[in-house]
Amino acid sequence: MLQNMTEKNNKAADLRELRDPDFCRGLARKLQEMLDRDVRFMEVCGTHTMSIFGSGLRSLMPRGLHHVSGPGCPVCVTHGSDIAAFLELAQTPGVMLASFGDMLRVPGPRGKSLKTAQAEGASVRICYSPFEAVQLAESNPDREVVFLGVGFETTAPAVAATMEMAHGKSLANFSLYSCHKLIPPALEALAGKPGIRVDGFLLPGHVSSIIGTEPYRFLARDYGIPAVVGGFEPGDILQALLLLVRRIKSAEPGVDNEYSRAVKPEGNPRAQEVMHRVFEPRDALWRGLGTIPSSGLGLREEYAALDAERRFSLSRTGGEDPPGCRCGEVLQGAISPGECPLFGRTCTPSSPVGPCMVSSEGSCAASYHYDVDAL
Amino acid sequence: MSEERILLDHGSGGLASHRLVSEVFLRHMGNEFLNGLDDAACVATGPLTAVSTDTFTVDPLFFPGGDIGSLAVHGTVNDVAMLGARPRYLTCGFIIEEGFALGDLERIVASMARAAKEAGVHVVAGDTKVVTRGAADKLFINTTGLGELLLDAPLSGSGAEEGDAVLVSGNLGDHGLAVFAAREGLSFRTPVQSDSACLNHMVADLLRNVPQVRVLRDPTRGGLATTLNEIAGQSGRDILLREADLPIDPEVRESCSFLGLDPLYLANEGKLICVVPSSRAEEALGILKRHEVGGNAASIGEVGDSSRGRVILETGIGGRRMLQMLEGEQLPRIC
Repeated sequence: MLQNMTEKNNKAADLRELRDPDFCRGLARKLQEMLDRDVRFMEVCGTHTMSIFGSGLRSLMPRGLHHVSGPGCPVCVTHGSDIAAFLELAQTPGVMLASFGDMLRVPGPRGKSLKTAQAEGASVRICYSPFEAVQLAESNPDREVVFLGVGFETTAPAVAATMEMAHGKSLANFSLYSCHKLIPPALEALAGKPGIRVDGFLLPGHVSSIIGTEPYRFLARDYGIPAVVGGFEPGDILQALLLLVRRIKSAEPGVDNEYSRAVKPEGNPRAQEVMHRVFEPRDALWRGLGTIPSSGLGLREEYAALDAERRFSLSRTGGEDPPGCRCGEVLQGAISPGECPLFGRTCTPSSPVGPCMVSSEGSCAASYHYDVDAL
Repeated sequence: MSEERILLDHGSGGLASHRLVSEVFLRHMGNEFLNGLDDAACVATGPLTAVSTDTFTVDPLFFPGGDIGSLAVHGTVNDVAMLGARPRYLTCGFIIEEGFALGDLERIVASMARAAKEAGVHVVAGDTKVVTRGAADKLFINTTGLGELLLDAPLSGSGAEEGDAVLVSGNLGDHGLAVFAAREGLSFRTPVQSDSACLNHMVADLLRNVPQVRVLRDPTRGGLATTLNEIAGQSGRDILLREADLPIDPEVRESCSFLGLDPLYLANEGKLICVVPSSRAEEALGILKRHEVGGNAASIGEVGDSSRGRVILETGIGGRRMLQMLEGEQLPRIC
């Protein structure tokens, strides 16, 4: 029956049905009927976080089904030492930083952020796509334009294509500071953590549309944790959770794909190719998770001239979390946002202490904004 | 005028200033109050006078559906009207950056004059300052509005009572998105226009027929969510909103979803929120709808019984979540 439902959704791609109150309530009832014990599932995607809170789905979740947000918000997992490097770059004479918008308010050492640096005279521009950063470099030949590459597999291909273009144009005043990160190694780090309290993963739809479903097989095979790729409509998420709960109940861990209208098992080979031409995996430092082997993307040697880390000597100091901030534990799903003593008191979206309160996709911000009982 | 740019001379108070006043400002906005060129104007309103002042800065100065001039009139006229008043008079102050194109100034003044005429208000006093290049960003305009109260007492956000209906006069977020798209030169071409418009004629009609209206507010900066939180806070009542009933243009909804913006937090410049006893809600809605600026008016929620002053949204799928006040400016997310 579940299979039929998924097929129907994929064939018709009827988004209206996936947002339909009766359809969603029906799915929630089925979930309730299937649950015979407490289940904790983790999503690792800011868009899922937003959708679950924003659609009110969280308030419709059956009793016993617990939602935890993992390290799925690219801004949140960017390490403090990288934020320190951004700020150092912002204060370097002649440098113009190009960044996605939600990076601007993330506090770095001594509470400074790109937003405060901007108020003090630093040149920081918000971009909606990496291509705009190249245009900025072309129209500001007297400035060193540095693009802050933050994001997962979803963002990395577009940045890679931009780097190929910049390389082709031999742009002398453009470079990239790459903080790009990969989701499967982070999942592996979480799954392998002793005492992890996750019964199943809701896998990110956007990331999966690039990498496919194969890279997640290890979750079921090596760790016995079922996982399902899900879309972003409330009906998508509920259907994905039904597949997950069925796996948990039958004790047959596997990786399912609820979002097959957008995600193919092999992903998007062209996007993967451009990513691999430009970037190579390297160890990366994640906020809350520490250093994870081969979980980041650095520019390959051919692109060394466009690498901001090599072009500017950056100290990258001051990576410690602010005192009292428990974003690290929130990102691992170890505590809920409300369990952090700073939540909603000293840490609010207008004066965030940690990054999970900054990005609209951060779990603390989502909880603060949407949860009727959080405050 | 022969010069093409505004010079510091135009703010000197001398001959150049006088020429600017007569050839630009009086030519477009002149009337019995202004033409005398005295130091002040003498006006009369009713027994109670509603006053509001607002300073307008917008980038870009010209945007789809309006410009800083029309905005400066609509913004203040609407604020005065929200008190339950009939706006009568406006004053305006211009701070102009040296080098500003005179042609642009003239377009803006002409646009103000048109907006004032449409709103039925007289511009009765004005001032111009020119500051050195870099001391201001192109042009700032301040307007102050005076109006006579149409009711025995002014309306206030504190007036919302349990069981009241919450109405909104049309689509949400158009102005905020139109200006945002124009400023950022977004590569997608959104056909969205600012909703900038005067609401005072609709308000007068509404109050004449439904004097029981409890609250009128225009959800400008911070959008519907922020203004409703203000009403909830002032009245100490929860407000329950139905997401499915919120009027939002599909184009605005899609563009916002792409940009990571929430239309409920985007500015509106030609919309009002009306809180009215539920027994008169249908009649009030009918009156809003018969005006062009209220054509897409809708009933979107009600005032609840809890005294916690929250805004709670019943989502499209029947869940419940908070709708908080805007904190800082909305920043587009990493896609």
